[in-house]
Amino acid sequence: MKNLSTWIILGLTLTFLIGPFIIIILAGASAGESLAFPPDGLSLKWYLKVFTIESFRDSFMLSMFLAIFGTLAALLLGIPAAYALNRYNLPGDETIRTIVAAPIIVPGIIVGLALLRYLVVPLDFTVTMALFMAHTALVLPYAVRVVSSSLNNLRADMEEAAVLLGCTRFQAFVKVVLPNIRGGVLAAFILGFVTSFNQVPVSLFLSGPGVKTLPIDMLAYMEITYDPSVAALSALLAFMSLAIVFVAERLLGFSRYV
Amino acid sequence: MSDAIVRLSNLTLSYGKTVAVPDLDLEIVEGELIALLGPSGCGKTTTMRAIAGLLTPASGKVEIDGRDVTRLAANKRGIGLVFQSYALFPHLSAFENVAFGLRLKRMPEEEIRARTQAGIATVGLTGFETRKPAEMSGGQQQRLALARSLVMEPKVLLLDEPLSNLDARLRLEMRTELQRVQKDTGVTMVFVTHDQAEALALADRVVLMKDGKIEQLGTPNELYAQPATAFAADFMGFENIFHVEGGELVSKAGRLPLGFDTKAPILAWRPASVPVGKGPHKGQVLASSFAGAHREYVLDSALGPIKADAPIETSEFPIGESVAFDLPRETVRSLTA
Repeated sequence: MKNLSTWIILGLTLTFLIGPFIIIILAGASAGESLAFPPDGLSLKWYLKVFTIESFRDSFMLSMFLAIFGTLAALLLGIPAAYALNRYNLPGDETIRTIVAAPIIVPGIIVGLALLRYLVVPLDFTVTMALFMAHTALVLPYAVRVVSSSLNNLRADMEEAAVLLGCTRFQAFVKVVLPNIRGGVLAAFILGFVTSFNQVPVSLFLSGPGVKTLPIDMLAYMEITYDPSVAALSALLAFMSLAIVFVAERLLGFSRYV
Repeated sequence: MSDAIVRLSNLTLSYGKTVAVPDLDLEIVEGELIALLGPSGCGKTTTMRAIAGLLTPASGKVEIDGRDVTRLAANKRGIGLVFQSYALFPHLSAFENVAFGLRLKRMPEEEIRARTQAGIATVGLTGFETRKPAEMSGGQQQRLALARSLVMEPKVLLLDEPLSNLDARLRLEMRTELQRVQKDTGVTMVFVTHDQAEALALADRVVLMKDGKIEQLGTPNELYAQPATAFAADFMGFENIFHVEGGELVSKAGRLPLGFDTKAPILAWRPASVPVGKGPHKGQVLASSFAGAHREYVLDSALGPIKADAPIETSEFPIGESVAFDLPRETVRSLTA
């Protein structure tokens, strides 16, 4: 009895976790003209067509740019922040941690609206600039969190040892701290990259004519053309995310940091 | 003294509002091996950190080699520190750990190689150059940390509880090793410890600290034979310490007539100086344990428990039996408060 219920729970869990993914893969492999499941025959034409849609190519480039540089910027801010929060007994550091985590807690749609209303419209920020800032802010909590946890495992006396051997504080950070939190930084980058790339609500308000991130572009495309290419693209993106996480897990035991 | 390599004057050290060390004066002579000894929280590590420059004094002066370094950054003082946890760099090989400081000095590569190899050889780690610290034993890590500091040819080498993380056998081996390295290199060594046996065995001079102040400073022999205060005596193994009032010994438990006159306010005896089986006082055996050359007794007397070590040749007294003991004048140590 107990065995049966275990199998049922396992089966349901897997169905809900992996089921949609399989449906998307198959829907994209349809030979028919409209998005449907089960697909009308099988073909790879929609998977190939995705690469010919120009708008997707542009928005893919924008999403890549935001994911890579937004995450780098978040790390540039997040590593020193995590370091300061870990090493110094700052007044109100719990408050600072909460503020840093805010972009995860506040609904993305509000962040997007706020940036539009207070940066893009009155200050004439370009949409790209606002998107870049939004993605940086969104990734920052992950960067701080993941880097913090690997800093926790690093003893402070190692830096003091480096200082007594002649390092300045900054040199000690670069030569001793950074190499030892490399795994955490890489993990933060990957997590940030995936988060930024798949992000919809914040970007929703910040997309303008000709400037769209890939997920927004896919939404827009679907509103006009209801063909299986969106499913095909979704499947491709899911595979890309999977591949990144898989490689990261293999290289540095990614799951240890998250 | 002009040959002081380290001079601390009126040094006050604090963490926030808590004063850890108030007004400390200490001179460390070039080439000596000096121990800062005391229980945890006595300020010994704090003092060491102030010499290293890891802690800025609230007031007072730190001089090294005749130069005021109170405001000089830790990385410019030319002082080595072997951390209690060793603080080796886990991402670097043994060789690169030792070469770390030399590389910062931008020395020519051949010189770095030569000095690193020599440093590794000094501590007997030749052949381990390519190992990472995690692949080495505790004793080897300790040696590596020592080599890393030594190759910098520091004016003073500080060691924080250098033997506390080693097992008993390695501890003895490292003791000898530290003494040999000190003799070979002539470097001034200051080491911090809470273990009086370690301090007495290793050091040329011992600084006994209590509550951030120097309780007593002297050679191991002086401290062991002539502790000045009750605290020092307690630390040096005088386990029977009593106040004197009107010709009587006094403890929380009661009083006992003293067989002789004294002006000292406190008297102390080592367990080995308390004869069992003869004497004017009586006590009931509470505990008796074999310790090789002697047997350790705890006697319940009018003063409470008395510790007495009897030579193994003397006949054994069973637990519960009432035996005579003496607190003789010949072996007493007179103390101040």
